[in-house]
Amino acid sequence: MNTRVKVALLWLLVPVSAIVLALVVSSLVLIIIGENPVSAFRSMASYGTQPNSLASMVNRAVPLYVAGLAVAIGFKMNLFNIGVEGQYRLAALLSAAAGAAVSLPAPLHIAFIMLVAMAVGAFWAGVAGVLRVKRGVHEVVSTIMLNFIATGLGAYLLANYLRKPRLPNELIIQTRPIPPSGGLPSLAVVGGEDLRSFLVIAIALGIVVYVLIWRTRFGYDLRATGINPEAARASGIDPNRMVVRTMLISGAIAGLIGMSDLFGFFHAYTLDFPTGLGFDGIAVALVGLNHPAGIAVAALLFGWVDRAAQILDLEGIPKEVIIITKGVIILSVVVAYEVVRRIVQAQEIKAAAEATRKLEAQKEAVAA
Amino acid sequence: MDERAPAVELKAITKTFPGVVANDDVNLTVMPGEIHAVVGENGAGKSTLMKILYGMIRPDGGTISVNGREIRFRSPKDAIASGIGMVHQHFMLATNLTVLENVVLGSEPTHGGVLDFDAARERIRDLSKTYGVPLDPDRIVEDLAVGERQRVEILKVLYRGARILILDEPTAVLVPQEVEELFRNLRDLKDRGVTIIFISHKLDEVLDIADSITVIRAGHTVATVKPQSVTARQLAELMVGSELPTPETRESTVTDEVMLSVRDVGVRVGERWTLQDVTFDIRRGEIVGIAGVEGNGQRELVDAIMGMRSPQQGSIHLGDADITRWSSRRRREAGIGYVPEDRQLRGLLLPSPLWENAMLGKQTMPPFSSGPWINRRGAHQRTDEVIHAYHVATPGPDTSAFALSGGNQQKLILGREMIAEPKVLIAAQPTRGIDVGAQAAVWEQIRRARAAGLALLLISADLEELIGLSDTLYVILRGALVAKLDPATVTPEELGSYMTGAREAASA
Repeated sequence: MNTRVKVALLWLLVPVSAIVLALVVSSLVLIIIGENPVSAFRSMASYGTQPNSLASMVNRAVPLYVAGLAVAIGFKMNLFNIGVEGQYRLAALLSAAAGAAVSLPAPLHIAFIMLVAMAVGAFWAGVAGVLRVKRGVHEVVSTIMLNFIATGLGAYLLANYLRKPRLPNELIIQTRPIPPSGGLPSLAVVGGEDLRSFLVIAIALGIVVYVLIWRTRFGYDLRATGINPEAARASGIDPNRMVVRTMLISGAIAGLIGMSDLFGFFHAYTLDFPTGLGFDGIAVALVGLNHPAGIAVAALLFGWVDRAAQILDLEGIPKEVIIITKGVIILSVVVAYEVVRRIVQAQEIKAAAEATRKLEAQKEAVAA
Repeated sequence: MDERAPAVELKAITKTFPGVVANDDVNLTVMPGEIHAVVGENGAGKSTLMKILYGMIRPDGGTISVNGREIRFRSPKDAIASGIGMVHQHFMLATNLTVLENVVLGSEPTHGGVLDFDAARERIRDLSKTYGVPLDPDRIVEDLAVGERQRVEILKVLYRGARILILDEPTAVLVPQEVEELFRNLRDLKDRGVTIIFISHKLDEVLDIADSITVIRAGHTVATVKPQSVTARQLAELMVGSELPTPETRESTVTDEVMLSVRDVGVRVGERWTLQDVTFDIRRGEIVGIAGVEGNGQRELVDAIMGMRSPQQGSIHLGDADITRWSSRRRREAGIGYVPEDRQLRGLLLPSPLWENAMLGKQTMPPFSSGPWINRRGAHQRTDEVIHAYHVATPGPDTSAFALSGGNQQKLILGREMIAEPKVLIAAQPTRGIDVGAQAAVWEQIRRARAAGLALLLISADLEELIGLSDTLYVILRGALVAKLDPATVTPEELGSYMTGAREAASA
């Protein structure tokens, strides 16, 4: 068999083994709590494959995908941006407020809101980047702290400055609604569920990230710094500048996480705006092996599991079981990846040793 | 002759790794109470042999006997139980603990389940006295000099009851004075009946300390000789199996045009000046060699020239341009190439394919990129050129760098730097750890580049290489250039005495 095909098949083992293992462990958990795993999975499968569920899967996957991209770009440089959570929430709040404050023609309005969101996300992440470079504060520590600050700051701003004046009997706290020119129509209606059109922007973003990391000099410098900072520095890369730039880009992407929900559903930042997407993004990036295509698969998988699990409540099964499933997927991907990586490495070493022998034989033939 | 059973006897040991025979029919007889050296080139199979003897690797065939009894080791534990101890080249010490704590680590003395340090302290004092290895058990390892740390390692092994010591390249990390100290310790140990197996590739040292020398080449033991009956050169020829190539550079190609000029450069690290008042020029077609014991400022000098550390004093010029404040990247683009001394740490992206390694340091230049874009096709073509011109053994440019042997990795680095036709090349230890054939090829390429006008700064621990290749030779000691010597007349011995400071600056 062609070695390339063989290697590709080996890599395919990673997600397959992860899903199989996740099914096995979740089944065990279901059995332990006295439920029938077969019927649980069967109802998940039938509910999860209905058209409206598939649309919902994609809608759920889009923000996860963007979050995964934001985390992955940092991971590629060994930079752990744990602050994606705070970055996107602050970005969603401020861009929603800004979007409600202006009136622009439709495409410009959307672009304006996205730009504000990216700027806020980049700024919040940039703080961590500058702290790391100037003061040696590890980005894990600073971004976690910045998450807390973002939550507090966001709540304060919303409650005191950005809140829509309340109508009588209105309970919900939210920003002023963005006018229709600042919203995106749905791409299609599938089984009664809107398929949100931010999907298109997310796909484009994934392509941009791929090109940036694998096809540009900047991406080369970024990956080189992640692999071997010492060698990167010797090659002329300024590691400090790379840290700040990568944090800015990661934060800017993080700023876009909330946009699908903002443009397609909420049209304002409300107290029930989705949270936790930044942390889910870490899991998605890990499972997707930091590659835009892998992240897409991981985001769709997580989106589907979330959606399909809704049915479990109706069956009287706690849907928290699904959190265990996700955890097992993450762990087994990390382990399976390492195992496959070693196998592939051993094959490469063998091939290189073979090439050395051939070269030696050639030399001897020439000498003889 | 000797009627006693050998302390260690290896017969017909064979070990194969996928694609390589690391040991093939290796025979070694070490008598009790002798210092037995095992010498060979890097990659000859010394380490594999010692790992077999210490139970870290199991041989495919052959027998091991200790004190006349045939033994099979399943793990280092078995080796330790038979009285064999290993002092690794890279120390395995917890620097924040005391000597005492480090020595007992792994075999802690207990008294009713509680650590009993007093008993251990007594034993360590006894051992130090008996074997003449002076050490205060209560000092923190962090505060110890390298030589003293090595003594901790030796003590650790003795503490576990070893009577046969394996020392893996013990002098690699020591300065000359510490080497003497170590040799005194080793002789004391020998006088007290300890058997020592000493692995090295430094022939002078081996001739100085060993009672017998076994030479290993390409996985075979080729000869066991007495130091009195061989010269260093004969020993070297046994090691490489042929007449030694010499790194001579025939006629001079030095021109008047100064390419790199280093003026009064000083580098301070913390409170200490690690580089001081260093001044020299390299002209077109000239090779300037820097000799010195490792750690005397070579690294700081390279860093200052490459822009990875800004000097607190002095200036550096490339041609007419003052590059003292330039970034590394700008210097690279202006035509300074760099072969780092530690290729894996500073020269390679191990998990990345060769073509991405071939562009490391050249990523802003054609054919590797145009504008902000990587040129994959150009990079692949250039990598193919490097692979062919420098005989890098690899299945192709998409193979990952880690899969290559050290020699091939070095060829790739040298090739990528040379093929870009730099104006100035900073080469630190360009032939370290590569086989003799590849070494000769590297020398030939350096000579050719020099003839074509390359200005080369050569930093090397190989004195023959320095003397043979350099047009001008400086000695660096404690961060200063202490002597300027004529490579045509200087001998390695003289060079050595300048390096250790035994001889003071004459013509600097």
